[in-house]
Amino acid sequence: MRVSLVIGAMLSAVFVSLAAVSLLWLPYDITVLDIAGRLHPPSASHWLGTDHFGRDMVAMLMAGARTSIAVALVAVGIGIVFGVPLGLVAAAYRGTWLDEAIMRGNDLVFAFPSLVIAILITAVFGASAVNAILAIGIFNIPVFARVARGGALPLWTLDYILAARVAGKGRARISAEHILPNIANLLIVQGTIQFSLGILAEAALSYVGLGAQPPMASWGRMLADAQTMIYTEPQLAILPGMAIVLMVLGLNLMGDGLRDALDPRLRKAGM
Amino acid sequence: MTQTLKMSVAAFALMASGAWAAQDSIIIGMQLEPPNLDPTGGAAAAIDEVTYANLFEGLTRFASDGAVVPGLAQSWSVSEDGLTWTFDLRPGVIFHDGTAMDSADVVFSLNRARAEDSTNAQKALFAGIADVSAPDASTVVITLDAPNGNFAFNMAWGDAVIVAPESVATNATQPVGTGPFRFVEWAKGDSVTLERFDAYWGAAPALTRATFKFISDPNAAFAAMMAGDVNAFPVFPAPETLANFDADPRFSVIVGSTEGETILAMNNANLTDVRVRKAISHAIDRQAIIDGAMFGYGTPIGTHFAPHNPDYVDLTGGSAHDPDMARALLAEAGATDLRLSMALPPPSYARRGGEIIASQLRAVGIATDITNMEWAQWLEQVFRGKDFDLTIVSHTEPADINIYARPDYYFQYDNAGFQALIETLGITADPDTRTTLLQDAQKMIAADYVNGYLFQLAKTGVADSRIEGLWQNAPTQANDLTGVSWRAGP
Amino acid sequence: MIRALGRRALSLLLALIAASVVIFVMLQAVPGDPAAFMLGMNASEDAVAALRAELGLEGPLVVRYLAWISGMLGGDFGTSYTYRVPVAELVSERIVVSAPLAVMALVLSTVIAIPVGLIAAARRGGVADWGIMGGTQLGIAVPNFWFAMILVLVFAVKLRWVSAGGFPGWDAGLWPGVRALLLPAIALALPQASILARVLRSALLDTLDQDYIRTARAKGLSRRATVVRHALRNAMIPVLTILGLQFSFLLAGAIIIENVFFLPGLGRLIFQGITQRDLIVVQSVTMLLVFAVILVTFLVDLAYTFADPRLRRR
Repeated sequence: MRVSLVIGAMLSAVFVSLAAVSLLWLPYDITVLDIAGRLHPPSASHWLGTDHFGRDMVAMLMAGARTSIAVALVAVGIGIVFGVPLGLVAAAYRGTWLDEAIMRGNDLVFAFPSLVIAILITAVFGASAVNAILAIGIFNIPVFARVARGGALPLWTLDYILAARVAGKGRARISAEHILPNIANLLIVQGTIQFSLGILAEAALSYVGLGAQPPMASWGRMLADAQTMIYTEPQLAILPGMAIVLMVLGLNLMGDGLRDALDPRLRKAGM
Repeated sequence: MTQTLKMSVAAFALMASGAWAAQDSIIIGMQLEPPNLDPTGGAAAAIDEVTYANLFEGLTRFASDGAVVPGLAQSWSVSEDGLTWTFDLRPGVIFHDGTAMDSADVVFSLNRARAEDSTNAQKALFAGIADVSAPDASTVVITLDAPNGNFAFNMAWGDAVIVAPESVATNATQPVGTGPFRFVEWAKGDSVTLERFDAYWGAAPALTRATFKFISDPNAAFAAMMAGDVNAFPVFPAPETLANFDADPRFSVIVGSTEGETILAMNNANLTDVRVRKAISHAIDRQAIIDGAMFGYGTPIGTHFAPHNPDYVDLTGGSAHDPDMARALLAEAGATDLRLSMALPPPSYARRGGEIIASQLRAVGIATDITNMEWAQWLEQVFRGKDFDLTIVSHTEPADINIYARPDYYFQYDNAGFQALIETLGITADPDTRTTLLQDAQKMIAADYVNGYLFQLAKTGVADSRIEGLWQNAPTQANDLTGVSWRAGP
Repeated sequence: MIRALGRRALSLLLALIAASVVIFVMLQAVPGDPAAFMLGMNASEDAVAALRAELGLEGPLVVRYLAWISGMLGGDFGTSYTYRVPVAELVSERIVVSAPLAVMALVLSTVIAIPVGLIAAARRGGVADWGIMGGTQLGIAVPNFWFAMILVLVFAVKLRWVSAGGFPGWDAGLWPGVRALLLPAIALALPQASILARVLRSALLDTLDQDYIRTARAKGLSRRATVVRHALRNAMIPVLTILGLQFSFLLAGAIIIENVFFLPGLGRLIFQGITQRDLIVVQSVTMLLVFAVILVTFLVDLAYTFADPRLRRR
């Protein structure tokens, strides 16, 4: 029954392993441009052909996977590292001014049109992969804070938590020892979803030229570079687009599958 | 607003009907939108691309071949000592608001441009003027501090057009000039519309309406051209698509020359060792850049001078592609592990060219940190702040080798010999001596490897194949529509 | 109830103030001098200084912030540095493109999502459900700008059915305007429709498990009639919430799509403002969008409160 989980995990694994391999080895060096050998159709030596600078498309797609995954992963990391503690604190001090302040802060970040602000951040501080990570990561914080709080609130009413309270354990310790392990499932599911959203956001930022800068490869920029050549060299625009779609699709399917597998309460809503 | 809307309706209807009927209106595509429409108050090329020769005119003007020909002045004479220029104004010229153009307007325009608080971007054009007077309504006498063989050329610039005191305050948004077209509407972010000015002093243009549509995204430009939303795109931003247009009988590709010397500018204050600059110049493969960034459009240059200029000297041999020599020079200069910052403004020649140059420099052992910048940031950080090692830019002003005589100019080349040479040039009228001096100047900056000289920017435009009379070359940044017409349909 | 309302309104106000400070401070750090940009490469230093003074770029931060805020409150959004016209005028020119685009995308996504979600829920576990769930996953995964590109290629460049972009204006009549917004709206609507269909399906499945639905079924009402008559109405609350969020997203999120189709909308206005360092435009328009988002969220909250009697009592 967990077909979506299997398909999603397989798709994601393909891209993650391509990215991992690219750290050690690429079929061609993408920092060396070969103008004379540009726009070659697929052949035995270049399986997917070469781009407008004569770079091997397989190598570009692999290096692009690396950039996308790195950016999205670190952005999710930022969201978890900052967001989860905030959410846990808000739940632990439910109804106090602290909870209120954290949740209102969350609402505030949610209120910003995220793409516009991400474009603004990268435009202000310069276009780079690091700034793209920050711009995407900031908007992950309230998401994780909300999920963590939402997951933690019902737990605080459970008997064994109350018992721990009575036994004199501090709220921070309870949060870390009892609450966090119990909401890990929720965080993993949300993490997968934010990961896929991060891939899309990175692609959008690179597409408008505000993501990773050359010579770093990125799917969004490959798309932007190839756009005007779509008539004559359609594969140059179609391949990175397909890569984005498949990677995001894989992550989403995996996220759905994980949610169903990890959270029995939600199982009936899934496939 | 309503006007533009109606106009766009017309354009839309035209497009929808297949646009095969005889036409007297045109939609011109431009990549950048002008920030305002007053050529005397801003230097953005886009201002001139809309207004030059269409809305505003100067005493003299550039013809399509770059020659300086009479504009609002039908003739002029220079005194023996070269200090007094007398311009004889054309009679019967009126501004679009109906007021007459006379010598008082000329005196006003020139005095305003050279005033202390002038925001004219090219104040240097007027720097040598000592006095402007109007003995009568149709004569203007200009006295110079020193003889200037270039004065008629200076007066042909878009920044030197004649404006009226009554309308000058609103020219930025409601331009009023003397040209063959008058301003109708500016839909900000979308288009500027002009229509034929019936009281124009000269021959009436064939077009009754012209719309300049601003499409910054190269892909959108390609799609708009292909779909017929735009009739002509004189400076087309996606050279990689020109082959498509060339193969399509509906379109013609217009390839011409511009005054744009595209250079890899080096910060001479950082890269003080001429051997390092020479090494960088030899590391560059011009043809690869022209092919890779411009898809073959562009002429290699070896100095800061336009190849179509009769005084041009081909010095490309002095900085031929030679990675071995580059490595040897770097070793000799002790510049190993060189790491340079490279600032790239938005045009594709810079962005794509930058990637190619970075790869070529890497091949000789120079690492680069690329930063892509918008123009505003580039102007502030690179051009004014001089905070860069390398940058790529096309210098599109005509005959601008004299910028190398300005030690505080952004690439900071300070050579007293060159400054003296340009000073001599400024007061030399004899054509042969001028040629020698200009050629010496070209050789001097090439021998000093001030910048990496890449290629002369080609003007690559696309137009509906039934349009005639667009400028092939770009002696100045302009879309002169006076001679443009549609050929009768098949 | 009134007190709760007052508290929401107060936090709305606080959020707006905080947002305005964040936006203002961030934009002060933008590199690049708008005056230098306007005058171009060969401008002299004093010409730039003269223009800076003319544009009101000098003065202490706090004074400029207060001037901006008090202006905004009075409906004066400042004057564009580059166009030299009031920002309010630019916004009113652009909103007639952005708002209809967002509405069209929203309508399209609803029109697609409701039947799709209904079918999936009604045929739960069946082939149609599988196909629809797979299709919506794909819809969510496709970057809208890439989808837009392909739409342009197919429908504008190859088939030449519609214009590749641009906007003729509403004076041209309703149809030409709608036609120009069609492709962008489709590109925007696809992922939104996918999300909406999924939300609707889950919500429907949730309500279908409720007792009263079972009762209705037991009374002999057909499965389809049950879904449409009873479940759909109850599933509308989460759907409306998503729609509210999507509207503000569409208004602001069209920035890239507006660039692909060169539509003169608010998103492109912001993008142009950033590239031209027209900070007052970026500042005021971003603030307006944030205001819209906060307001819509507030209204959705209110609607929620009124729609759900259980929430009203609190």
